[in-house]
Amino acid sequence: MSDPTSLTVRQTYQQVKQNWLAFGGGLLVLAVFVIAIFAPWVAPYDPSKIDIRNILVGPNSQHLFGTDDLGRDVLSRMIWGSRVSLEVGFVAIGIATIIGILLGAISGYYGGYIDSAIMRAVDIMLSIPTIFLVLTVIAILEPSIINIMIVIGLTSWMEPARLVRAEFISLKEREFVTAARALGAADGRIIFRHILPNGLSPILVSATMGVGGAILIESALSFLGLGVQPPTPSWGSLLSSGKDNIEIAWWLSAFPGLAILVTVLGYNLLGEGIRDALDPRQRE
Amino acid sequence: MLLYGIKRLLLMAPILLGITLLSFTIMHMAPGGPAEAQMEFSAKASAEARERLRKLYGADQPIHKQYLTWLTKFVTLDFGEAFADGRKVKDKILERLPITLTINFLSLGVILLVAIPIGILSATHQYSLLDRFTTMFVFVGYSMPHFWLALLLIYLLGVQWGILPISGKESLDTTGFTTWQWLMDRADHLVLPVFVSAVGGLAGLSRYMRNNMLEVMRQDYIRTARAKGLPENTVIYKHALRNALMPVITILGLSLPGIIGGSAIMEQVFGIDGMGRLMLQAVFSRDYNVAMGVLAPAAALTMIGNFLADIGYAMADPRVRLK
Repeated sequence: MSDPTSLTVRQTYQQVKQNWLAFGGGLLVLAVFVIAIFAPWVAPYDPSKIDIRNILVGPNSQHLFGTDDLGRDVLSRMIWGSRVSLEVGFVAIGIATIIGILLGAISGYYGGYIDSAIMRAVDIMLSIPTIFLVLTVIAILEPSIINIMIVIGLTSWMEPARLVRAEFISLKEREFVTAARALGAADGRIIFRHILPNGLSPILVSATMGVGGAILIESALSFLGLGVQPPTPSWGSLLSSGKDNIEIAWWLSAFPGLAILVTVLGYNLLGEGIRDALDPRQRE
Repeated sequence: MLLYGIKRLLLMAPILLGITLLSFTIMHMAPGGPAEAQMEFSAKASAEARERLRKLYGADQPIHKQYLTWLTKFVTLDFGEAFADGRKVKDKILERLPITLTINFLSLGVILLVAIPIGILSATHQYSLLDRFTTMFVFVGYSMPHFWLALLLIYLLGVQWGILPISGKESLDTTGFTTWQWLMDRADHLVLPVFVSAVGGLAGLSRYMRNNMLEVMRQDYIRTARAKGLPENTVIYKHALRNALMPVITILGLSLPGIIGGSAIMEQVFGIDGMGRLMLQAVFSRDYNVAMGVLAPAAALTMIGNFLADIGYAMADPRVRLK
C-alpha cells in the first residue's frame, strides 16, 4: 500500500464521474477567469471602437456575436465586460461574507440578547424585497460600480450570518473550545483562531453560489436602468442596452445573457459540488 | 403550544416595526422629494410653490414626525394618498392586486405540480439519467437572468412566430368579445408571464425537495418500514414524502418577498400594470405613500405567512414545540 491520502487514477476518475456536474462547474468558472484576466489579448477588437459602416451587423465570421448600434464588436465588449461582472460578484460577496461572519460569530458565540437582536435584524432584512432596498439605495448614491458592489453586499449578508451562527452554536460547546478557554484565550482569539476555521465550510458553499447571485442582481439592476452605466460594459449593462433593439438585433441581448447564464451556472455547480464533497451524507 | 404561538405572535410586532422604519428612513434619505419629482418638468415653479407643496405633503416636517404620522395612519389601515395623482393608495393597490395575484398563484400552482414530482423522482432514482437531466435543467433554470428568458421568449414566440401576445394583460380592443374569447385572450397574455415566473421557483423547489427526500430516505424509520415488508410505493409516498414535504411549507412562507421583487421585474418586461410595477414606479418617483403602501402590507403578509408556517410545523412535529 502506498500513501493512503493519494488518490489512484481510478479513484480520481470515480470522483469526477460522481461529481461530474461540479467538475464541469469548476471548468466554467476557471474558463471565465482566464478570459477576464487575458481580456486585452483574447478580445478580437477594441471594445469601444466605433465603426459606423458596420452598425447592427448580425453574427458573421468577422464579428462572431455581431455588432451593436455603434458598430462596436459585441464579443469584445462581452470579454471586457467579464472583468466588470466578476469584480461586482466577488467584491459584493466579499463584503456580504465579512459582515455575515462577524455578525453570525458574535450572535452564535455570545447568545442571549445580542443574539436575539442580530437575528431580528436578519428577519427584518429578509422580509423586505431585496430589489426594493437596492433600488432605493442606488437612487440615493448614484449607480457607480463601487456603490453597486457595496449595496449588493449590504443586502446579501443574512444567509452567511445565519450559517456562521449555526456553526458557532454547535462548535462553542466542544472540548477544544473549553480547552482554549481553560488556557486563558481571549474571546476574540477563540472566535477567530479556534472556532471560525472549523466552521468555514458552509460559508465557502454560500459564498461560491453568492458570486453567481450577485452577478444576477447586477443584471436585474441594469435592466431597471440602475446597474453599471454605459459605456462601461458589464454583462448586465450590455444585455439591457440590447433589450430595446431585440426586434431588429436579437444578438445584442442573447449573447450577454448567455454569458451570465454560463458563468452563474458554473458558480452554482461548483458550490453544489463543494457542498457534496464536504457533506457526504446525501451520497449513495 | 398556545404559549409558543403567543410568543411568536408578540415577536412579530417589533420586526414589522423595524421593517417599516428601515424602508421609511431609506426612502426619505433619497434626494428629491415628491414635490421635486412633480415639478421636475416645470422650470417656472417658484421656490415658494415648491415650499407650499412640501408643506402639503408634510415633507417639511422632521423625519421622525413624518414616520409617526404615517404609522398612526397605517395601523388604522389608512395608507394615505398617492402624490402623483392624489388618489387613495388603497384604491390604486386594490385595482392592481388581482393581476399580480393571478400570475403568482398560477405560477405557484405550476411550480408545486412540477417541482414535487421531479424532486421525488430524482431522489428515488438518484444518479439515474432522469436525475442528471432534471438536475441540469434545474441548475440552468436557476442560473439565468429571468428577464432575459422573458425577452428571448417574447422575441421568438411573440415577434418571430407571432403565436403569443408580447405585452399587457389583455388585447387593446376587447369590445365585442364573447366571454369565451375574452377568457382565451386573457389566458394567451398570461402564458409567458406565468411560465417565466415559474422557472426560477421551479428550479429552487425541486432541488430542495430532492435533498429533503434523500435526507428522509436515510432515516431509521424508513429502514424499519422496508424491513417490515411494506411495498416500496407505500414507503416512499406515505412514510418518506410526508416528512420531506414539511420543510417545503417553511420555504413557501419565506419566498414572498422574493415573489414581490420578482413581480416588479416580470411586470416591467411584460408591460403588465400590477403591484410590482406600482412599487417600482413609486420608488423611482419618490411616491413614499404608494411605496410604503405596497411594502408594509407585503412585509406583514410575509410575517403572517412565516407565523402560520411555524405554527403548522409545530402542530405537525412535536419536537419543535419542546424547544
